Amino acid sequence: MRKLLVKTAGIAAISMAMACQTATANEALKIGFVGVTSGPAAAWGTSNVRSMQTRADWLNEQGGVTIGDTTYDIEIITFDDQKDPKRAIAGMEKMAQEGIHYVVGPNVDDGAAAVRPVAEKNDIIYFPYAFPKSLYTPPASNAVLGMIANYQSGPAIYTYLKENKGVKTVAFVAANESDPLSQRDGGVAAAEALGLKVVSSNITYQVDTTDFTPVITPAIKKRPDLLVLSGVAPANAPQLIRSARELGYQGIISTETAQDAQVLQEGAGNLANGFISVGGASTPEIASDTMREFVKRYTEKFGEYNDESNTKVYALEYIIETLKANPNALTNVEEFKKTIETFEVPNPYMKGDASLKYVGTTSFTQKRQLMVPLVVNVYQDGKFETLFIAEVD
Amino acid sequence: MEQILVNGAYLGAQYALIALGLTLIFALMNVLNFAHGQMYVLGGFVTYTIYGQLGMPYALALLVTAVSLAVVGAVVERFLFRPVIRRSQRDESTMLLAAGLGFFLDAVILLLFGEKQRGVPKLIDGVFNWDFRVIMPHDRILIGCLAVGCIVLFILFMHFSKTGRALRALAQDRDAAQLMGVDVDRYSMTGFALGAMLAGIVGGLLVTITGVNLGMGGPTSTKAFMMVMIGGAGVIPGAIVGGVILGFMESILLSALASYGDVTYLLIFVSLMIFLAIRPNGLMGKPWG
Repeated sequence: MRKLLVKTAGIAAISMAMACQTATANEALKIGFVGVTSGPAAAWGTSNVRSMQTRADWLNEQGGVTIGDTTYDIEIITFDDQKDPKRAIAGMEKMAQEGIHYVVGPNVDDGAAAVRPVAEKNDIIYFPYAFPKSLYTPPASNAVLGMIANYQSGPAIYTYLKENKGVKTVAFVAANESDPLSQRDGGVAAAEALGLKVVSSNITYQVDTTDFTPVITPAIKKRPDLLVLSGVAPANAPQLIRSARELGYQGIISTETAQDAQVLQEGAGNLANGFISVGGASTPEIASDTMREFVKRYTEKFGEYNDESNTKVYALEYIIETLKANPNALTNVEEFKKTIETFEVPNPYMKGDASLKYVGTTSFTQKRQLMVPLVVNVYQDGKFETLFIAEVD
Repeated sequence: MEQILVNGAYLGAQYALIALGLTLIFALMNVLNFAHGQMYVLGGFVTYTIYGQLGMPYALALLVTAVSLAVVGAVVERFLFRPVIRRSQRDESTMLLAAGLGFFLDAVILLLFGEKQRGVPKLIDGVFNWDFRVIMPHDRILIGCLAVGCIVLFILFMHFSKTGRALRALAQDRDAAQLMGVDVDRYSMTGFALGAMLAGIVGGLLVTITGVNLGMGGPTSTKAFMMVMIGGAGVIPGAIVGGVILGFMESILLSALASYGDVTYLLIFVSLMIFLAIRPNGLMGKPWG
């Protein structure tokens, strides 16, 4: 009898605990991430994942996100594709198996191209940080570019340097991989279109190179006004800059990819001063209180901040806000695509009356790009300073 | 041309040091240590933590790195390779074990040190500039000299110390060495620890120049295997020669073929295949001695 009483009390306690949990916990809305979080380009994907996790925790702490009549807790499901297209496909298939319809990533061109069939077959809208136009141009319709493309930022940077720094000659150095090579080709075309003289564009290096001095020596011998490190991975940038400066190069060094100030500081120190890169989509001048709070939470959670997360914070925000605008899109990505056309809500991360809206009509003939500001930074003494801000469609 | 030769000499010195540890372990135990690159990376991260993060003197950081990696090597030999070699009838078992160890170390490094590229402050500032014909930063000259110094010390140790002689005897003929009273287990562990220590030291040296990240392990192992194959597997001078040859080939071809894109390693691999078809045992043939 006593045993029976104990058992009954135990079962009752467990049931009550479960009931309480059910009453307080929201349904989970899973958002995926497939991208690179290890190896030389890890900083790109890591800033995605950490931005998503920081924002998700923040929203969940506030009681979740109400879409239609239901309140959800945001759950971020991550997959490290190690910058390998085969793994990116496996990652996207995993997302499909989990029933996820919205995935951030991949971070590089070949990975983003590789997952396209899987995403389209499984009704997944994905937000790559990769630049092939074919992903965003009809008949493709499931990919939405999460940042500014190099063919949008490159001309803006070269024009600025030509007009303000008197740049006349330019040399390009790129890793022997599809992303950097395509970015180099785009950069060469943009530079030539602006009337700059391209003195070197054939120098490439193995992505696993550890000593860049022999690689970069031929480019330095051409003494260009501007040395462009096309598509350079955050791990390689400080070494290339260091080698170039140590070889006596005194011109301007730039890239159209985002970089990590701490990695530059540790790897190149003051030799990286003056290095120009595309920055995160925020600056002290345009950051709202929400952006500052985001940066604070991110830094507290991970112990450091990556400027690129100013851009990476946007994808999750766009997904959630678009789903709020049309709850039917939770399970039907065609509804999401319809909503893209007219979607516009206030941008919480910028001061003033900026808005979140989809753009890209000029580049892709359809709205398949997140509207984020183009911020071009210059590295100086351990941190990025804003060089100029622009807007692209 | 002078710059290319200096670049080659610097690369050759660091490559030779990387290859030494790998070939030592192969000579002693017939184990292809696929985790050699990961040990190099671990050494880089230990130095980064002590010198870069904790701000302690670089010499101390390098010493702690050497000791840490020697301990890792000894533990790996004692508790992983020794039992497998003793029980397994097939050589592939140790290869699989080494590959598995590489993945395991990758995971441990990711957990302990994160995924990002890390670097440390320059050891010394300044650049040697000979009329723009040869430009060499002072810290590279220092690291190059330290690498050469380590190689010389290692050779002296192997030739003139009792442990070195025992290791050489073990590499020549394991059974004969045992019959002559060499404690095979003890010296196998010592040799593995020494190999891992060399990988750690080179990681600790190069973190000051190239930085370190998680992804460096695999490519480093691949290059080390190439050097060992060029020089002759298990032959200590062969590893040095292989490292120097690879360093000079890389430097010369990167410069000479710069306008043709990234064909340097394509040519190096093709040359290696042709070379191995002609001399399958490498330049210096059979193991040690």
